Amino acid sequence: MYKLLLCWRYLRTRYIALASIISVTLGVATMIVVNAVMAGFSHEMEDRMHGILSDVVLEGHGLENIENPQFVMDNIQAVAGKWISGMTPTVHVPGIITFNANGQSHSQQIMFIGIDEATYASVSDFSKFLQNPENRKQLSFQLRDGGYDVRDHQVGNKSPLRVGMEQAGWRWRRIMAERQKAWADNQSRTSTDGEHSSSPQEIVRPPLRPQNPEEQANSDSAPDAHAKTPQNPFGPQPIVEFDSATEQHPGVVLGIALASVRDHEGNDRFLLLPGDDVNITVPTAGTQIKRQDWQFTVVDFYESKMSEYDSTFVFVPIKQLQAMRGIGTNVSAIQIKLQPGADANTVRDLLRSKFPPELYGVYTWRDKQGALLAAVQMERAVLNILLFMIIAVAGFGILAIFFMIVVEKTRDVGILKSLGASSRGIMGIFLGYGLSLGFVGAGVGLTIGLLFVHYINQVRDGLEWITGQPVFDPAIYYFYEIPTIIDPLTISWIVFGALSIAVVASVLPALRAARLHPVEALRYE
Amino acid sequence: MNETSKLTVPHRPKANLGSTIPAPHAELHTPNSTAVHLSATGLKKNYRKGPVDIPVLTGVDLDVRQGEFLAIVGQSGCGKSTLLHLLGTLDAPTEGDVHFLGQRIDNLPVAKREQLRNEQFGMIFQFYHLLPEFTTLENVLTPLMIGRSVLSYWRGRRQAVQRAKQLLETLGLGHRLKHRPRELSGGEMQRVAIARALIAQPQVLLADEPTGNLDQSTGREILRILRTLNREHGLSIVMVTHDAAIAAEADRIVKLAGGQVAAA
Repeated sequence: MYKLLLCWRYLRTRYIALASIISVTLGVATMIVVNAVMAGFSHEMEDRMHGILSDVVLEGHGLENIENPQFVMDNIQAVAGKWISGMTPTVHVPGIITFNANGQSHSQQIMFIGIDEATYASVSDFSKFLQNPENRKQLSFQLRDGGYDVRDHQVGNKSPLRVGMEQAGWRWRRIMAERQKAWADNQSRTSTDGEHSSSPQEIVRPPLRPQNPEEQANSDSAPDAHAKTPQNPFGPQPIVEFDSATEQHPGVVLGIALASVRDHEGNDRFLLLPGDDVNITVPTAGTQIKRQDWQFTVVDFYESKMSEYDSTFVFVPIKQLQAMRGIGTNVSAIQIKLQPGADANTVRDLLRSKFPPELYGVYTWRDKQGALLAAVQMERAVLNILLFMIIAVAGFGILAIFFMIVVEKTRDVGILKSLGASSRGIMGIFLGYGLSLGFVGAGVGLTIGLLFVHYINQVRDGLEWITGQPVFDPAIYYFYEIPTIIDPLTISWIVFGALSIAVVASVLPALRAARLHPVEALRYE
Repeated sequence: MNETSKLTVPHRPKANLGSTIPAPHAELHTPNSTAVHLSATGLKKNYRKGPVDIPVLTGVDLDVRQGEFLAIVGQSGCGKSTLLHLLGTLDAPTEGDVHFLGQRIDNLPVAKREQLRNEQFGMIFQFYHLLPEFTTLENVLTPLMIGRSVLSYWRGRRQAVQRAKQLLETLGLGHRLKHRPRELSGGEMQRVAIARALIAQPQVLLADEPTGNLDQSTGREILRILRTLNREHGLSIVMVTHDAAIAAEADRIVKLAGGQVAAA
């Protein structure tokens, strides 16, 4: 009883000891904040990676070496059908996109991905990253009339307004067509030599391909002219009247970072809008590689918030890409979506055992991003070790101050022993004192940490206001708020670790107090 | 299980302070000289200072009878306090025995000695030795908190507090229950220390210069209390002092010189 009472009294009267646990408090708070933010980031990152990658991918070696995708898919179904909820073939090829914006010509290297618009959304979160609500329901490579999101739908009303998106779609296409027509007229008036005017020429130039696959299928009247075009792009072109106000090129979904830049306030400035045309260059397949230039009409943007994906991925109908590259029905990969609860590694291993490794590689989405995920994991582990060192250092502070307190309380120890207190009891006082200090330190740290995590965005705003520097630049991270996840297990470990350190640090002083000789302790002045 | 219960003693009601402590009687008090309460035989104590042993006690024989008020006098450094510590089992003798009610106690296991100190001996010191973090009341209750487990203390806390308050009131400190030692005067602190020594109803009171730090009249007041306890409640008291005038209050005076009991 006297132990509890004395612990309590010491806690209330020795404020110097509280100073010694400030570092415990800070350590615990920092660990909680760092873990919450890092967990938030990595969860966000995994979410996005997984959003674009399907659970399991079966790839050919090389760009398009799966020759009969339907046969392969049937086999996959036969081998692992009970775990699989969806499959879709994709074609991947690097290319270059060029377009004009703000009077400049932009060229960028891209990853060109041919997808099956009917089934691709079923194997990944692709559709959820699109900007048109209708496309999110079912992707179409036909330009929509309008209705594109004017705010980032993944963030909600807090995100800034996306200027320009309100007129995206056919409306924007008509506006642009009128402007270009006016400009072309103007150009032809001022200069008789129209060959220098590259921009209108590009727009009014007839498409190299029919506008869309459906039309191709329907236009039986002139199939030869269309079919020949890809085989002989440099031959004489059939003259086709193309009215850009009413017609579109094949649809393309651009990564949003290709079409926009984000300023330091987090506003997106669009270089292109759905309805604009872009030019895409890809190499043909085979050993004699030739370039293929095609016109496409942007029908939507893709925003996974992984800047790497958003700035390189360009999606087109798979048939379009197969035709451009001249690869027939070959595909690059089969994307496989698993049933909920199915283990990706099991399916991967099963498929690996059935498909010859010299023809096919099978990977889970984690394998694909393994290095990055491992790096994040590593970073987190190292940070945790470092921060725990801070708490351990705090342990030495507790040790030193406890020795002081034991010396200061030497006579009290003598008194208690003369009254019949046991050495174990004396030790209990100081161990209990250490434990309660640990509780206070860890408790305050826990509170501070949780409050900090809860108000982290306000804290960020405050820091930005004080320093005048952007602390968390949405232009880099592609989200407007710092993501945090509080894991109760992690927090319990942190608190448990801090408590143990406080107790361990008080063991030596407590032993010293317990070993004091009562007579000498009583004499101590 | 209980050490003291095994001690075969002629049954004696434990010290029980009434509501008042009457003034010391003028009549001569005759100690109950039938039984030896606490005794030391051939007690030697050396202190090690590096390689040399410094002898402090060189063979002390001493009997304290039940109900006796014994004063040990001697010059500073003659080993009075050491003797008292040995009697109270706070320290172990280099040689010789200490007996309590006929049973040797200096070589008991640590836990038994702790129990003995807690239940059978009350100790009073020159510098009061109160716990500065505790209030008057809590200081008085400390021996009970030490002697009992948390649960049994909690069960009996009402009676304990009641008794502590009664003790403090009889010692004239009823209005000081919530005060910390630093808010008390020396005499008050010593009275708190006496209350603390009495709370567990001990049989022997060991007082180490109880008046040494007090002015004369306060010292007399403390002495009067001790005297009363001895007379009214039959407490055996061993008091160490260097002051002959104080010692004169005791039933018997033992002089310590050169580490031995000198002829009085």
